[in-house]
Amino acid sequence: MNANLLAFVGTVLLLLGIATFVGQWLRKRESPALDRRAIESFNSRIQAWWFFTAVIVMAFLLPGLTVLLFAAIAFWALREFVTLTPTRIGDHRALFWVFFFFTPMQFLLVYLDKYGLYSVLIPVFAFLFIAARAAVYGDYDRFLERIAKVQCALMICVYCLSYAPALLYLRIEEQSARYYPAGMLFFFITIVLASDLLEWFWSRVYSRHLIAEKIDPVMSWEGVLAGAASTALLGVVLQWASPFPYWWQTSAMALVIALTGAAGSLTMSAIKRDRGEVTSGNFVEGHGGVLGRIDSICFAAPVFYHVTRYFFGVA
Amino acid sequence: MVTETLLTWIARAISGASVRWVESQPDTCQRVYFANHTSHLDVILVWSALPTQVRRLTRPVAAKDYWSRGWLKPRLAKSFNAMLIDRTEIKVHQSPVDLMVREIGRTHSIIMFPEGGRSSGESVGEFKSGLYYLAKKRPDLELIPVYINNMNRILPRGEFLPVPLLSSVTFGPPLWLEANEPKPDFLARAREAVLRLKEV
Repeated sequence: MNANLLAFVGTVLLLLGIATFVGQWLRKRESPALDRRAIESFNSRIQAWWFFTAVIVMAFLLPGLTVLLFAAIAFWALREFVTLTPTRIGDHRALFWVFFFFTPMQFLLVYLDKYGLYSVLIPVFAFLFIAARAAVYGDYDRFLERIAKVQCALMICVYCLSYAPALLYLRIEEQSARYYPAGMLFFFITIVLASDLLEWFWSRVYSRHLIAEKIDPVMSWEGVLAGAASTALLGVVLQWASPFPYWWQTSAMALVIALTGAAGSLTMSAIKRDRGEVTSGNFVEGHGGVLGRIDSICFAAPVFYHVTRYFFGVA
Repeated sequence: MVTETLLTWIARAISGASVRWVESQPDTCQRVYFANHTSHLDVILVWSALPTQVRRLTRPVAAKDYWSRGWLKPRLAKSFNAMLIDRTEIKVHQSPVDLMVREIGRTHSIIMFPEGGRSSGESVGEFKSGLYYLAKKRPDLELIPVYINNMNRILPRGEFLPVPLLSSVTFGPPLWLEANEPKPDFLARAREAVLRLKEV
């Protein structure tokens, strides 16, 4: 491992430590001026960040274990997603295959580095299989709606998320001095979580034009744009630790991650709102809601992966 | 002991159940847990949702004709200490309720599904009278309503492969048979108690 990367990991851990300290200190303070929910929201973000940092630090040693962990997260997210989505008995067999074949298979292929297969397994094979399996059962009531739900669940929770561990196997053009596979994933996760935090922060500081009030009462255009801009700036600052050769490339990549991440959390909120209060009430309560924590990663990972692969990848 | 732990873990893993006690606490006193019935896993699910101390004293009531068939099922039934009740041959002084009263003695609690068979899961069927007669014979038992949510999607009727979605088991506040309460009223009240847990 090179010195730059080590310093990068160290910096992130230090910042996380400070953020955790501040969060806990705010939590303990009794002051009416503080918004309880905002502090809880801040703390839960920091917790998720610790978790992912731990996962990726592990990736430096054992990439396979990281793939396995992401598989477990995807499995759990898929569980939450399908639980929130009404399906009928006619979808049961299709769902069985989704859970016990396609999900493990996707991550196995990522682990084996079979890009040619895992990039099409779900969009092509699972996509068609789900529709056909549901048709074989013979229940045509709301057919399109039902299969679309299962396909969407599999795409978002499994396919999109699997591109995060796939970064471990992405080879980019020789920048040997600074390139390290786990470093790429670490850079990606750091930027996603930082942009999430920055957007949330800016939305609270200054928000005039809400994007979609009914879906997310906090997220505003100002927050997203200011957040994305500050993430791009962060990219420039982090250039010394980035896998990309020039500062403007790192910055542009950070911008891409920030914008897709924001789109992800807004979309996931829309899905949850659609399912109404069932979400928080009955099932996911106590499980912490994995889905809500990975929404921005799900959207940013495949875009970041493919943009990087297109511009910097080697065949 | 090992099978018990193993079964509990498997049941929890497949059902992803979150367990909630609403206006009610786990206790080792003699109780009757009565729940809606939508899947074959319900018995194991409710049983494994109880804390270990309570679980050791709790015996699920299960149908003899189903659970004594084959190789695996009798062994499973034995490991969670099921009380197998013959629902086909009912003799005088050997009625299911007599059997239950005798089997629980002064220590055990039971889990039962008063709907009789499995329902489709969207609604809770009418309750059979067993719960009433049991409450009449042993008015001291606490009757705890239990609502099982989403199990009908995890293992629907007629399917044998489970899909691991998330479910929940909700335990409600105890109720008792009131003095001179007519059978239909009591059964309707008990059913309402289960249904109410769907909303909380």
